[in-house]
Amino acid sequence: MSLHTLTISELRAKLQHGEVSARQLTQALLDRIQTVDGKLKAYLWLNPDDALRQADATDLTKPLGGIPIAIKDVLNVTGQPCTCASKILQGHTSVYDATAIRKLREAGAILLGRTNMDEFAMGSSTENSSWGVTRNPWDLERIPGGSSGGSAAAVAGHEAIAALGSDTGGSIRQPAALTSCVGLKPTYGLVSRYGLVAFASSLDQIGPFTKTVEDAALLLGVIAGHDSLDSTSVPAPVPDYLEKLRAGVKGLRIGLPKEYFIAGTDREVEAAVRAAIRQLESLGAEVVEISLPHTDYAVAVYYLIATAEASANLARFDGVRYGARVRGADVLETYSKTRGAGFGPEVKRRIILGTYALSAGYYDAYYLRAQKVRTLIRRDFEQAFQKCDVIVTPTSPTPAFKIGEKANDPLQMYLSDIFTISVNLAGNCGLSLPCGFTSQPKLPIGLQLIGKAFDEPTLLRVAHAYEQSTSWHKERPAL
Amino acid sequence: MNYEAVIGLEVHVQLKTQSKLFCGCATEFGAEPNTRVCPICLGYPGVLPVMNAEAVRKTILSGLMIGCKITRFSKWDRKNYFYPDMPKNYQISQYDLPLCLGGAVQIPGKKLGVTRIHLEEDVAKSFHFDTTSGVDFNRAGTPLMEIVSEPDMRSSEDAFAYLTALKEILITGGVSDCDMEKGQLRCDCNVSVRSVGQAKFGEKVEIKNMNSISGVKRALEYEIPRQIAALGRGEKVFQETRRWDDEAGKTSVMRTKEYAHDYRYFPEPDLMPVTVSDALLAEIQQLLPELPEAKRQRFVQQYGLPEYDAGVLVANAALAIFFEKAAGKNPKAVANWMMGVSDITATPIQPVQIGELVAVIDAGQISGKQGKDVFAEMLAAGKSPATIIKEKGLAQVSDTRAIEGFCDQAIAGNPKSVADFKAGNKAALNALVGQVMKLSKGKANPQLVSAILARKL
Repeated sequence: MSLHTLTISELRAKLQHGEVSARQLTQALLDRIQTVDGKLKAYLWLNPDDALRQADATDLTKPLGGIPIAIKDVLNVTGQPCTCASKILQGHTSVYDATAIRKLREAGAILLGRTNMDEFAMGSSTENSSWGVTRNPWDLERIPGGSSGGSAAAVAGHEAIAALGSDTGGSIRQPAALTSCVGLKPTYGLVSRYGLVAFASSLDQIGPFTKTVEDAALLLGVIAGHDSLDSTSVPAPVPDYLEKLRAGVKGLRIGLPKEYFIAGTDREVEAAVRAAIRQLESLGAEVVEISLPHTDYAVAVYYLIATAEASANLARFDGVRYGARVRGADVLETYSKTRGAGFGPEVKRRIILGTYALSAGYYDAYYLRAQKVRTLIRRDFEQAFQKCDVIVTPTSPTPAFKIGEKANDPLQMYLSDIFTISVNLAGNCGLSLPCGFTSQPKLPIGLQLIGKAFDEPTLLRVAHAYEQSTSWHKERPAL
Repeated sequence: MNYEAVIGLEVHVQLKTQSKLFCGCATEFGAEPNTRVCPICLGYPGVLPVMNAEAVRKTILSGLMIGCKITRFSKWDRKNYFYPDMPKNYQISQYDLPLCLGGAVQIPGKKLGVTRIHLEEDVAKSFHFDTTSGVDFNRAGTPLMEIVSEPDMRSSEDAFAYLTALKEILITGGVSDCDMEKGQLRCDCNVSVRSVGQAKFGEKVEIKNMNSISGVKRALEYEIPRQIAALGRGEKVFQETRRWDDEAGKTSVMRTKEYAHDYRYFPEPDLMPVTVSDALLAEIQQLLPELPEAKRQRFVQQYGLPEYDAGVLVANAALAIFFEKAAGKNPKAVANWMMGVSDITATPIQPVQIGELVAVIDAGQISGKQGKDVFAEMLAAGKSPATIIKEKGLAQVSDTRAIEGFCDQAIAGNPKSVADFKAGNKAALNALVGQVMKLSKGKANPQLVSAILARKL
């Protein structure tokens, strides 16, 4: 039996019973990475010696004692590079730990290495990385989704037991769907954003990639909770996410938004999602139709608010204090040369779009209007959740596409997040889990569950019930 | 044609808090460059701001002191512009919902309106060397309050009085030390001129780089005639930003209107809005000090001081406190002694000792002239008046029997003066008093001497 294929809960038992040591487990994953990462390119940076040192020092009684976890290159880990897959941060080393990282350390996790992503988390395919493309473990010709494509590929390819990613418009859920793992975007405010390099501050959340729903509950329990360093983190106690995990779905109401089964959704994706709904029904859930009437505006609203915030968030990358600098004749020229050379085309596109949306004379028509529609979208969800406990949708309208297929069509790329974006705008929690495969070729399909704000316990409970009644999560890519 | 100036001031005040506005770094002045910094105030990737509640309280207190309406739901905004002194290349400030709105500052004869007070983070400090520049981020993130006035001032004197009064108020409230040399108080001027009687404002010029309140006055004394002269020649005044050169005593163009920034303000998503509860407001109201203007009036009424004395004492908070401790039964005399030195609080003299000095003089124990010697000794040695009087044997003789003896001696020894006095020359008595003082070695109480001599003659 290969250690790298096991889940957190399986490994915890083995580690605690002394069947395996943290060093053996970490070495097993380093070996696996050695074997497959040449093909997948999920990792940007590894330090095997450091990982093994962490393994030797860990406390196995802790909730994640000895569990190797991969980290998206957008989270600060002291002493490790943090480039956000951007040339502008080439050579930058973190001087502090993100709060989520500190919590992982305190829980005994091994911080294994840094995973690839779309530059500054802007993208849906990981093709926008400055350091090369990550491949989908199910089909090396295809993208793993994005922006947390490296974390998704690492977990799906069994190069990590779990991983952390960040989700601004679907960047955890969409790659989880496209690689057949579990990806959770927590409710805005549940996990501290301190140390997460900001893309869009009002939308970003850190969340886990895991092989099972139970593992997602476990990992969430570690990283969630109020943090005095993040004013937007909510001061509320963290529930025990494992407590009601096995309570089943009997009596729960599952909402189907009529606006989400749209033209353009892949036929097999739709069929798999409808089958999943029937499965939930057979487990005792009640299915109700709901409406999210402002869905059509979500992508437009998202690309105004996210880019506006990004235009300010990314202003600090100027070559003055850290990161790469390209010298010019004066300060202004140094700024433009540094940013011109440091940022890739998609990041530039979004900075320009966001700058425009905030400009005098356009602010009211774009940014302000978008914020108002955002409020309507949030209300859509509030109203829908009066009729149901969890909402079910496809995670992505299509399975993984081929590398390069949409690279020159940003609008098509933006539409691949159509089902996930609204959840960030509303601030709710969302989760993607495997619900089938397409036939020719065999590509993963993800089911998205959306929960009420801070109702992760119900979200995880429904996901667990579905997962345990199916075998999709047990399938492994032939690597 | 007659012209008048229209002046509005933007005053930036560093708040006296322990730590910076959005991180825990110390706000101390004069530390080694870049030693009071952390990832947050350096704008490192991934950091987030956390609001310093004390800075908000001090801003609200400032607002209450000048009669502002406190905004119960206020928020933070990002002001976007690139500059090396700006770690994030945006400044966290307040745009459309500042903490304080309205209000006024009283100057002699009128009230000058305040439009708003908002809170923001200070920027770093740039240094320019021969071929390179350096940035010291110690100052970056210091809480900075911006107080925007209404365009109510009409002269450089108005501006001077406004700044002086505002500074007094802020120091009194413990909000800031307002030391302009340390950059704790900085001021930009907006000034235009128009024909007297014209309702519309003229083209506005912003003047920057004044380093003292008198510098602001001098800059306006240069700029207002410059604009009037230009209009007089039939030229236009252009909307622009000008830099004051204190040495040359001139303003010169810094940037014209075409280079005006579009700051692209938008709500700061990393911070929650600021809600000011009834409880918080009540708590801050408890901290409201007596304001300088009110204190001046009280000093005049309660202590019977002349306006001038009240003004001098209130202008320095420490002096005012000293005075109130010392005042006693003769506050005017106490004020006189205090104003005899530049800053009595810097001397070893305790308030109670000034009170004692005034009391012994009033009681006739020593003369006023002796009082001056005692005061000089108090300044030098910090001893109490009683000790000094004892040590120097200065106590006046008020023992009537001893004085009567001296008087008899003087009358016997100066028949001419006695005769003159009896002939109606009242001044002759003074000569006799002088004789008695001489005989008593200056210790006799002069009033007592006069009374006894008059009786005896």
